Amino acid sequence: MPAFDEMHGFGQGARPAYRTIQAWLDRSDPENLKRLQKEAEFLFRRIGITFAVYGDAEAEERIIPFDIVPRVLTSSEWATLSKGLTQRVTALNRFLADIYGAGDIIRAGIVPADLVYQNSAFRPEMVGLKLPHDVYIQIAGIDVIRTDDKDFYVLEDNARTPSGVSYMLENRDVQMRLFPDLFAETRIQPVENYPDELLASLRSLAPASTAGEPTVVLMTPGPLNSAYYEHSFLADKLGVELVEGRDLYVLDEVVYMRTTRGPKRVDVIYRRIDDDFLDPMVFRPDSVLGIPGLISAYRAGNVTLANAVGTGVADDKAIYTYMPEIVRFYLGEEPILKNVPTWRCREPDCLRYVLDHLPELVVKEVQGSGGYGMLVGPKSTKEQIETFRARLMADPHGFIAQPTLALSTSPTFVGDGVAPRHIDLRPFVLTGADKVRIVPGGLTRVALKEGSLVVNSSQGGGTKDTWIIADPVDDAPPVISSQSQSQSGG
Amino acid sequence: MLSRHADSLYWLARYVERAENTARLLEAATRLSATPIIADGGRNEWEMAVDGTGTLDLFHQQYAEATQRTVVDYLAFSPANPSSIRCCLDIARANARSVRTALTMDMWETINSGWMETRGVNSPNLTRQELSDFLSRVKELSLRFDGSAYRTMLRNDAYYFLRLGTFIERADFTARVLALKADVLDPSKPSLGGSADYFQWSWILRSVSALTSYHWVYRDNLKPNLVAEFLILKAEMPRSLVYCYENITLNLDSLSRDYGRQGTSQRKARMLLSQLQDTTLPGLFAIGLKEFLERFILDNDSLGTTIAEQYLG
Repeated sequence: MPAFDEMHGFGQGARPAYRTIQAWLDRSDPENLKRLQKEAEFLFRRIGITFAVYGDAEAEERIIPFDIVPRVLTSSEWATLSKGLTQRVTALNRFLADIYGAGDIIRAGIVPADLVYQNSAFRPEMVGLKLPHDVYIQIAGIDVIRTDDKDFYVLEDNARTPSGVSYMLENRDVQMRLFPDLFAETRIQPVENYPDELLASLRSLAPASTAGEPTVVLMTPGPLNSAYYEHSFLADKLGVELVEGRDLYVLDEVVYMRTTRGPKRVDVIYRRIDDDFLDPMVFRPDSVLGIPGLISAYRAGNVTLANAVGTGVADDKAIYTYMPEIVRFYLGEEPILKNVPTWRCREPDCLRYVLDHLPELVVKEVQGSGGYGMLVGPKSTKEQIETFRARLMADPHGFIAQPTLALSTSPTFVGDGVAPRHIDLRPFVLTGADKVRIVPGGLTRVALKEGSLVVNSSQGGGTKDTWIIADPVDDAPPVISSQSQSQSGG
Repeated sequence: MLSRHADSLYWLARYVERAENTARLLEAATRLSATPIIADGGRNEWEMAVDGTGTLDLFHQQYAEATQRTVVDYLAFSPANPSSIRCCLDIARANARSVRTALTMDMWETINSGWMETRGVNSPNLTRQELSDFLSRVKELSLRFDGSAYRTMLRNDAYYFLRLGTFIERADFTARVLALKADVLDPSKPSLGGSADYFQWSWILRSVSALTSYHWVYRDNLKPNLVAEFLILKAEMPRSLVYCYENITLNLDSLSRDYGRQGTSQRKARMLLSQLQDTTLPGLFAIGLKEFLERFILDNDSLGTTIAEQYLG
């Protein structure tokens, strides 16, 4: 059976949400679309929206391909999704506060202790530390997919340093620049307020010892990092300094940055650098990217890190399998977003099943990300499957397996025309002291290769502008124009 | 602002200015090589161009002979010359990337697209036409960068550091070109005779794009003492040492006003400016033009170090 298509459903003609897109594609000259697609690429390159692919020296800077056909969701679809996202991220935060605190969920026998305490992302330094408003994951990127028009499934929770939000913002900009007419026909919920929402969230979580307006900075590993463009883009939109480790130092458990006016105290660090590199005195001693003493300042409550240290436990793929129970345990609610059925290879029965069905499953590393180190059974050769089988048997704890889902497809401009390609969606969920904020939309990623299910940019994926539009009215009532003053004077 | 960002802005401006200056040197050399006269101690116009960047020794370590091919390679493209146009643009862009948040979109796009456009040009075997196109593009990049900074940047510390870089670099370049030809300009030194002198003087002015403006200011033929006066003491000449120092002082004063504090840089710059303003043409030649310029190059360099210590460290 072909996958569910966002525009055509299972082949019943354009779904209401996509009528505008359908009409636009119908009337557009493919040559013209091709030209605009080229122009989009040129724009991205000139603005310098690039990313680096590790291990690819030739192409130090690449652009992520942008597809000119937007992905559309209706307001009611979005309402369900955003409610589900809020619920999920709230539960994730509660879970982290619990495992670094009382450990109720472990004592209740819901999540196995070894999965938490022996997890390589678990940070003993966090135990017993009280964070402002118990927020650990200020910024989450939750990858969701669907296979029909009913349910959204979470494919992955990203709770460390999720990236891609700059593409959400730039895609909208470029789409508007190239297709102004399309925007004249449809009202699309704006995403441009994301930086304001992010800054409000971050400020709301400043440490209690902050004097006056909190100073927020964005910390990057530097220009060689694959997401450097995004770091500088966000710092610019937020209006905060883009710092590297060498710009900051710690004195008497307070963090300062070196400025042209002398030292300035820093209260909140939105860090886009992994736990391991944050502080050479606590984590990797060979890190030159970090700030010696940062963790002492953190533990003293003099600086807020976003995201907190040790959030990696929550986005571990083994923990993922427990998310429905985690939501029920902390919130007493049924999860709104579904989990993809998952086999935990650490459990012997599951392992046996997985080994017997490798050619039809997707197998992922528990700690992996970015689409690296995974097996897509149906798309793999015999050799690849056998190699993976050996890895899996050597370390069953390191893997989970899922059915190969037919991710929904969306019309995508490829080569000379429009064809369906598989997509997912990464909305960005912000948690502040007061509330959870989600700008309507997110980053739609698309697997540009025909039939491919891997949407990651490092694996040949592209992105699309994501539209949340008002619910289309199927049977619009007749329009009655308002009365106007009669001109005849009669 | 972050000290590191101020440092990047300062060097970004210096390298953009240096790329433009080197492009102008190459243009002047191309022009001179089309004239029949080769003089000045047997050195040809290509070697003079290298000397204008103050790196003749480095050049001779890498090439046997100064020809159009070797000099264009060295000054425009060589990765082994840290001040080649290619290296200048690479370093400028790397600085721009690390300080993107302090640049406006127009400035970033200028640097980035200019860098991309010129990146493909590499062969030292360019035709004259191709070379000339390349050099025009480099100049254009610098002009657009300067213009977009002027038109789109907030007037705050970021702008001041950028301007400081531009003028410190420009003062250095003007002084070096003059020092190279100090003997030809000094009336106490023997003349080369005939039209040879004329070509030397016009080369100097061309190297800093000042030939036309010279005529506008003096309404006279090229005279060596006036060429020196024009490029050192004339405040209306935007490449003269006095003009550069007026601007250096201005930008340092703006910084100290914004930061509410004066430092060694401000004092040093004001002192250098007043020395320049107090200098007269006869005074200049009394000290000896070459001595004066060599002294100036050292002082200018030392001011750069002082600024770095005070703000960029």
